[in-house]
Amino acid sequence: MALRTLQVSPGFMRFMPKEYQDLVEKGPFGRKLKLSDLGTYKELLEEHPMCEGCAMAFFIRLALTALPAPEHTVIVGTAGCGRLSLSQAAIPFVYGNYCDTNGVATGIKRGLALRFPDQPKDVVVIAGDGGLSDIGFSQVMHGWFRQEKFTTVMLDNEVYGNTGGQESGMTKRGEVVKMAPIGKQFEKIDMIGLAKTAGVAYIARLTPTNPSRIISTIRKAVLIAREVGPTYVQAYTSCNIEYSIPPEKVLEDARQVEKERYGFLEIISDEAKAFLAAQDAAHRE
Amino acid sequence: MANTVNQRVVTPEHLLFEAPRTKAFITGSEAASEAVRRANVDIAIAYPITPQSETMERIGNLFAEGYIRDYYRAEDEVGAFSAISGASRTGVRCMTASSGPGLMRGLETIASWPGHRLPLVFLIMCRVINAPLSIQPDNLELDYMLTSGNILLHGENQQDFFDYTLAGFAISEKCEVTLPVAVAVDGFFVTHARAWVEMPSAELKLPPRDCYSEAVPMIDNENPPVRIARDAPIQKSNFISYQMHAAWQQEIHAAHERSRKWVSRYINGLVEVVNPEAETLIVASGSAVSQSREALRQAEEMGKKVGLIKVKSLRPFPTAELRAACRHAKRIIVPEFNCPGWLNREVRATLYGHSEAKIADGPRVYGGITMPTELILEWLFKSE
Repeated sequence: MALRTLQVSPGFMRFMPKEYQDLVEKGPFGRKLKLSDLGTYKELLEEHPMCEGCAMAFFIRLALTALPAPEHTVIVGTAGCGRLSLSQAAIPFVYGNYCDTNGVATGIKRGLALRFPDQPKDVVVIAGDGGLSDIGFSQVMHGWFRQEKFTTVMLDNEVYGNTGGQESGMTKRGEVVKMAPIGKQFEKIDMIGLAKTAGVAYIARLTPTNPSRIISTIRKAVLIAREVGPTYVQAYTSCNIEYSIPPEKVLEDARQVEKERYGFLEIISDEAKAFLAAQDAAHRE
Repeated sequence: MANTVNQRVVTPEHLLFEAPRTKAFITGSEAASEAVRRANVDIAIAYPITPQSETMERIGNLFAEGYIRDYYRAEDEVGAFSAISGASRTGVRCMTASSGPGLMRGLETIASWPGHRLPLVFLIMCRVINAPLSIQPDNLELDYMLTSGNILLHGENQQDFFDYTLAGFAISEKCEVTLPVAVAVDGFFVTHARAWVEMPSAELKLPPRDCYSEAVPMIDNENPPVRIARDAPIQKSNFISYQMHAAWQQEIHAAHERSRKWVSRYINGLVEVVNPEAETLIVASGSAVSQSREALRQAEEMGKKVGLIKVKSLRPFPTAELRAACRHAKRIIVPEFNCPGWLNREVRATLYGHSEAKIADGPRVYGGITMPTELILEWLFKSE
């Protein structure tokens, strides 16, 4: 049982840092928590070095809260801002190489399935738009074609934030950013359409304007990936540094972008719908 | 997932050295897949490239027959090598294979395996690196492997490919080692040609991977996770980060040193020496050893005594063994199947200050050209 790995030998607990004691005694492991429970328990991620007002940090906090079984979840990431906080969360985080998130996740999912056939282990890729739509594109697509049972979450800030603001495949057409000196020359890649074509079981697009929606979306994505097939969540998580959005205006920007071009969207396969319906029915009983 | 075939688990020592063996006239591809049949492999991931494909096709058949537990054809080499690295992190036994251009395509991933301390076996069927396009045997890619941090064995023939592959799993998963093991042979000469190979019964297999007895914890949420995946400071530009990275690299180097005794045990020494008393010596690895054996026989017919040092392990390199074996040498040649002469470079660096011998800068063939014994003889006695 994975919770055991957090436990400290009797007598040693008082020598552990307060942070750790809190994680063992008041952490989210093995508990069913809701959005309204935030603030009443020790979260998986509390301190991180991300920028003031960062929408991505906010989204990651809520996404981690949404994990249905954090004690049996592995997160896979890559270069980019997101890993700066993900690597400090109290959850195993794998940082491999550039482009390899969805290949590594495939191996982890299959390896864990062999070793623990009776214990579901959730694998969640959380990476940026560059990592998933550019350098990691091939592995993302082929993981979907192969119907690998893990979740892919794109933190779409529409730019390479961590390397200093270069154009990515998810940057809007015409946007002038680094390496796009005369403005980006082609459209934002339609990853949602590609996911649909590849037969992804659950696809969602959202912005960080609605916390309970983030939680329900991520939770659905992880559970459907566990039981049905690949899932994909694409979240607008603006880079307020590169796009010069004042910290206090980050959510305002998200609302605006949501209204104009990033409205909440869910595409659910029939099998995934049946699974969700069965879940709801079981929940009501 | 296919049903698992019932095989009896025996120790690596029993499988490699004690179990009775029978002879089969098979190709190198068949020899490698027969080793995998007996290796208790959990996951094999394939991506085709000549001359590697036949081996991984056969390993696919092993999956269908129930000898391995999971298998698929990946999108490309980076995908295959990445997925293998994910699987190894979870504690299952895994393997993949490639050749020349495919190996080069996945080199970033290959060079990251040791840093992530991932036990796995990587088979290399050597092939020319493009361009110009060629599929011929030439082992230039091993030059890139030398600094990759992987343990690197170089088999001479089909028998070695069988034995070293099995040994690779045993070496890779030793606690003191916990590193990937690459087993190379020269493409076509070994992979597509037949030879007699002695093998223990297919009813025997290696013990399963004992992942909790390795140097680095698994990512399986059943034990505390590995620190390199967790600690933030290593990802930052600061003194702690430099220190951690330096220490980690030193540790990989140290693991190579610790692997010597296991490599030596499981492949019967890092070198094989023929005619140790001879003053004229050939140092070779891979298929060049076979050609050198024949050159030795021809030299003997001419009444000339020549020695041969077969280098079986390129990493760890047999430094002490080579120095001892070359103490009395007057002339050394290093026949190779590659243009830059990476083994020659290794031999010179190793013997500098430890031998009075003149070391010839060759002979070398490349691009798929064969190594005639006449060429070896010509180089052996050039100075006379």
